[in-house]
Amino acid sequence: MSEQNCLVANDWVCGEYLRTRSQELVDATVQHVGITVASVAIGVLIAFPLALLARHRRAFAGPVLGLTTVFYSIPSLAMFSLLLPLFGLSVSLVVTGLVLYSLTILVRNILAGLQAVPDEAREAARGMGYGPVRLLWEVELPLALPALLAGVRIATVSTVALTTVGAIVDYGGLGTLILDGLDSDFKAQVLTASVLCVLLAILADLLLLGVQRWLTPWTRVSVRKSRGVRIRATADAVETRTPEKVA
Amino acid sequence: MNAISGAYDWLSTGANWQGEKGVWHRLAEHLYFSGVALGVACLIALPLALWLGHIGKGGALAINVSNVGRAVPTLAVLVLLTLTPLGRHGDIPTLIALVLFAVPPLLTNAYVGMREVDRSVVEAARGMGMSGGQVFARVELPLAYPLVMTGLRSAAVQVIATATLAAMAGEGGLGRIITAGFNLQDTPQVVAGAVLVAALALVVEGVFVAVGRVLDPMRGRA
Repeated sequence: MSEQNCLVANDWVCGEYLRTRSQELVDATVQHVGITVASVAIGVLIAFPLALLARHRRAFAGPVLGLTTVFYSIPSLAMFSLLLPLFGLSVSLVVTGLVLYSLTILVRNILAGLQAVPDEAREAARGMGYGPVRLLWEVELPLALPALLAGVRIATVSTVALTTVGAIVDYGGLGTLILDGLDSDFKAQVLTASVLCVLLAILADLLLLGVQRWLTPWTRVSVRKSRGVRIRATADAVETRTPEKVA
Repeated sequence: MNAISGAYDWLSTGANWQGEKGVWHRLAEHLYFSGVALGVACLIALPLALWLGHIGKGGALAINVSNVGRAVPTLAVLVLLTLTPLGRHGDIPTLIALVLFAVPPLLTNAYVGMREVDRSVVEAARGMGMSGGQVFARVELPLAYPLVMTGLRSAAVQVIATATLAAMAGEGGLGRIITAGFNLQDTPQVVAGAVLVAALALVVEGVFVAVGRVLDPMRGRA
């Protein structure tokens, strides 16, 4: 009986809540994951050409980096609100806002990764007759991959957290449950949704770390070799220098 | 385009700037919350980060606190604190949340700044007979200054953004103009509020960049 009473008593932790509202929690989590995946995927698709553009034409680098940095400084609630006239109360509004935020991290990391490709590697590939496309695809991209994936990890984790703010237009995944829980003073719902949100971020981070290790096995081996430590260190440095964005 | 002209009309209506729910009062609330929180966060984070950086310990803590901070949604913390017994004490939950999210950038950047000071410079200073305190004040701190200021700037922008979200948990500040606009289904007001918040964030960032340059201890030196 005590488990049934926890809904009435408005306890923070409530097994009965998990049982009776599991469908609601699953739906919110699915929406949350969908918004995050769509935002980061679109972000990568846009950031990659932008980074290439910024690298090939010096004149583009300043404006591209400057503009994405300005986006990053705009508080999330304001960002979503500024997009309201364009998208109305829709999921595209939330995804667009999150894409704009992810661009800052992704463009910087992809650019840093491409710029860190040793000139010797490029020269050698050209000497072997590689054209620009093959050079990019088979030499530069693999070497820039650790930095790119480090960027994807940071962007994903911060997007999971920022998706909650989409609750303002009712497309916030677990954030919608958190905000509803505040309005109805429903403690179990707020705590459960918050914990799920953090778990989702940790899970995404670990998953992407696995992908990173799987796609770039040389960085893993090189931990023990002195030359490799330098390469690893650059990827980590990119990670620690990335500005904060949680609101 | 209607929303833009509507937002302009909203902003140019004097009545929207006056009174309890007016822009000036909301801006004052916003700056008050942000200022107090940033001050408290500096008092907590900077001495700790500079000390850890000076003795060269606690790196994992200083770096990971940022990674943890990134994974925790601000909205969740604001709402959770509002529902605890602390929620009955007015502004306290908001201030705690603001401080919590201002500490990581301050801590991480100040620590990394201290650790990235060239070891040979520190060794040279010690060789010249400087005490630990002198090395800290005359060598490490001036060289770590740019990153300390970067941390301060990100913390300030962070606090402005978090204070905006506080409106969703029922607090004051400029975010309230946005949330009220959503409740009234008044798009021009939502956009006007967003313009004000975005402008505030960018102005604060600009001010911190300028102050950082003016106060730079290495200014005018090679």
